Amino acid sequence: MLRVLSLVVVMCLALAAPSWAADPIPVGALLPMTGVVAAYGQMGWSGIKVAHAMEPEALGKKVELKLVDTKSDKVEAANAVSRLIEKDKVIAIIGEMISGNTIAASDAAERSQIPVVSPTATNPIVTQGKKYIFRVCFIDPDQGRIAAKLAKDELKAKTAGLIYDISQDYCVALAAFFKKEFTQAGGKIAAETKFKSGDRDFTPQLSSIKSANPDIIYAPIYYTEAALIAKQARDMGLNAPILAGDGVQAPELIQLGGKAVEGVYFTAHFHKDMISTERGKKFAALYEKETGKPLDAFSAMAADSYFVIMDAIKRAGSSDPKKIREALVATKDFDGVTGKISMQPDGNPIKAMVINKVKDGKFVYVTTITP
Amino acid sequence: MNFEALVQHLMFGVTLGCLYGLLAIGYTMVYGVLRLINFAHGDLLMVSAYFAFFGIAMFHLPWPVSFAIAVVLTGFLGVLIDRGAYKPLRRSPRISALITAIGLSFLLENLALVIIGGRPKSFPMPSLFEGAFIGTGIQIPYLSLWVIGITAVLLVVVLLIVHRTRVGMAMRALSRDVETVRLMGVDADRVISFTFVLGSALAAAGGMMWCMKYPALEPFMGVIPGLKAFVAAVLGGIGNVAGAALGGLLLGLAEILIVAIKPEWSGYRDAIAFGVLIAILLTRPTGILGEELPE
Repeated sequence: MLRVLSLVVVMCLALAAPSWAADPIPVGALLPMTGVVAAYGQMGWSGIKVAHAMEPEALGKKVELKLVDTKSDKVEAANAVSRLIEKDKVIAIIGEMISGNTIAASDAAERSQIPVVSPTATNPIVTQGKKYIFRVCFIDPDQGRIAAKLAKDELKAKTAGLIYDISQDYCVALAAFFKKEFTQAGGKIAAETKFKSGDRDFTPQLSSIKSANPDIIYAPIYYTEAALIAKQARDMGLNAPILAGDGVQAPELIQLGGKAVEGVYFTAHFHKDMISTERGKKFAALYEKETGKPLDAFSAMAADSYFVIMDAIKRAGSSDPKKIREALVATKDFDGVTGKISMQPDGNPIKAMVINKVKDGKFVYVTTITP
Repeated sequence: MNFEALVQHLMFGVTLGCLYGLLAIGYTMVYGVLRLINFAHGDLLMVSAYFAFFGIAMFHLPWPVSFAIAVVLTGFLGVLIDRGAYKPLRRSPRISALITAIGLSFLLENLALVIIGGRPKSFPMPSLFEGAFIGTGIQIPYLSLWVIGITAVLLVVVLLIVHRTRVGMAMRALSRDVETVRLMGVDADRVISFTFVLGSALAAAGGMMWCMKYPALEPFMGVIPGLKAFVAAVLGGIGNVAGAALGGLLLGLAEILIVAIKPEWSGYRDAIAFGVLIAILLTRPTGILGEELPE
């Protein structure tokens, strides 16, 4: 009888337990789960989920993730961030993956004083003049400079043909930075062509690049277009090496591009072969176990956004967004998955850059460039 | 621009124009019989591409079988759309049917998004269409020649059906006067169904060629070609099959040649192409081959 009674008591306690637990800490994930850059959002989300499984609590409370889809669209991104802040009452936001959408979303967050940490928005404007907007990636002036150096020194290019998407802030700015650095280093832009997101035919642009006959093609664009451009270029006999930016590191590049993307060089955030931190090793192993896939750059970057926010909450000792913001600015030598992260006062970290290339249908690590 | 480059641009322009033209014929035929802009038509291109993709990649069917199944299924889907969404609205104001068409377009896109997901898939290219013709200073993929050839054959078949068969005659009659056609004992609904089958099957053929040329399957891949084909249909004179093909060709050529002649303008190619369209419609409001409006 006593045993039954004690069992009942224990069960009652167990059932009552949730009411003792403190309210969870809501953290928003603002990601492009569908649309033209869906691959980034879906990779990012799987990274955040694994990071959450690795570190599910802060200040003794459970962290609750709130996902909203931006549909890869600027207007949707601005609406989605308002929903996270007003309805889900999040105290910090991870996202967006691309620059244009982060810029579109940042006004509402800045006004409501909710810190945002973008995994991979590299355009310098993202954090400019904003107190609450951060990122865990390098910025495009640096990426353009390294790309120009790579073009001159590694690929021995004297002339370059440019092709980029004029409807994306990322592509326009990165193309401009590359152009500036490449011409300063004595290179010449032989042809400059543009297109718009959603375009599928690039043959006239590529034909005009072909008639300018440059040593390389610089394509600071997203993965789908990069794959199609490589294919159409090779089909018309334009065989100059292609140099790209961090935007092409999605499995889709290789699936859609096939043989045509073989040998594509690109500046990037991460490659699993460069992991140097303890957290990185632990995370990569857990990621592979949970998802059955090798760790990719966008998952790793999104995970780092999560870890940086968790670290800030712990150091702030509070889930007050203003205090988290103060702690985020003070982030110093944080051992992230993708390397050491030290935040500067402007919200941009000092980050190493990776050079990768496509070889035998895989992304292969070439080297790391430290700032 | 030298001669070889010009030939290459013309080839690419005609190829793109053929794809727009195939889609535009579907728009124009449905408009002819129903006076309805079937905005879901572009999405049939996407649906057919997925049918063919799953046939090859999941069920490992040989590609001709898979392509044939995709054409048949898409034709059937066209009829289903008409029976399910447009037929109940035959006697409603035209604007209701138009809004339904837009709704259907969203429905198809989002269904694909939910079922298949938003990340692009590659399309397995049959080896028959691979390779390229390589000349001095010129390289043309064989696929371009296939697209042009297949489109030409399909166009002739459609023109024969419309102008030389009884059902074609009924279609043309329907576009003049629905009530009189019914009084003459023609089963208008069957003719309309046939129109949808034919239009959708052409969209499917266009869809598969589109996917081989631009191998990135995603739920919204039909939106832009659909809009362009609609423009092509209006440009050629909506309701006129040959006009739709001509409109498609002109639009495709314009898009390619504008960028070819002035590469600096490449970001504005849609703006310029649509500017040309507005200019043509200002001078010929019924389109190039459209009938003159009665005074």
